Amino acid sequence: MLWTDFGRLGQRRNPFREVVDVQEQVRTMQRELNRMLSGVTLPSTSEFPTVNLWVDDENAVATAELAGVSAEGIDISVVGKTLTLKVVRQPLEVKEGESFHRRERWHGQYTRTVELPFNIDSEKVEARFAKGVLYITLPRTAADKPRKIAIKST
Amino acid sequence: MVDDVKEYQKKEAEVVEGVERTRARKVYAPLVDIVERSGDILVIADIPGVDEKTLDITLEKNVLTISGYVEPEVPEKLKLAYAEYGIGDYQRSFTLSDEVDRNGIEATVKDGVLRLVLPKAEALKTRKIEVKAAA
Repeated sequence: MLWTDFGRLGQRRNPFREVVDVQEQVRTMQRELNRMLSGVTLPSTSEFPTVNLWVDDENAVATAELAGVSAEGIDISVVGKTLTLKVVRQPLEVKEGESFHRRERWHGQYTRTVELPFNIDSEKVEARFAKGVLYITLPRTAADKPRKIAIKST
Repeated sequence: MVDDVKEYQKKEAEVVEGVERTRARKVYAPLVDIVERSGDILVIADIPGVDEKTLDITLEKNVLTISGYVEPEVPEKLKLAYAEYGIGDYQRSFTLSDEVDRNGIEATVKDGVLRLVLPKAEALKTRKIEVKAAA
């Protein structure tokens, strides 16, 4: 695969190393199982937020579904070939006397790193957030663009 | 699929047996938070890609259905190289009990999040009964 992912850095930190190791093993097993059971179109990931990547010779566009995240809650940074996305969504505040019947939506802080197959022109990166979907346009640096090489005949 | 509580992947909505969909698109069940408050029930659903124009909320008999239609915004000329999430419509239904005041239901959408307020019927609101000291 072209893109490598580094692990998700959630906010959950467990001081008990061994417990974490066991959890990690269980999670790895689950990931393997999910990979076997899931369809081909969606590679199994426990990465969050999930990212789709669109590319051509000039640009790449990364999209992520981040409903209800405010602009302050999104942090985008680009270095070389990698795009790092930090996302924070506050949990729903519940006052005294109110109770949850269901609580399925995500909250907390997540970091995601995606590596692209080319260097990104960090000056020209643009991001747009509409209807809860984030679009990040990542242009290729001029030096990295494919060039057509003319063959001279002698 | 193995269930991982901490994963927030989109789940496809269940298809009612014998009923087919006309749109050739995946349908997902949006994740929801439901909170019971003193005067109403608050339903919050994540429906990224849907705005007020493409959202349908219907109440038929006692079934409340949220349907969101997504027009995928495909970046021009680009090819999808890698996908971790699928794009599709949203649908989820809830059965309401009699305690909801059907005329007072309010819905708002902002940044792909739907907030539905289902007020409780007057008769069922919690009343606080004052206790007087006996003479």
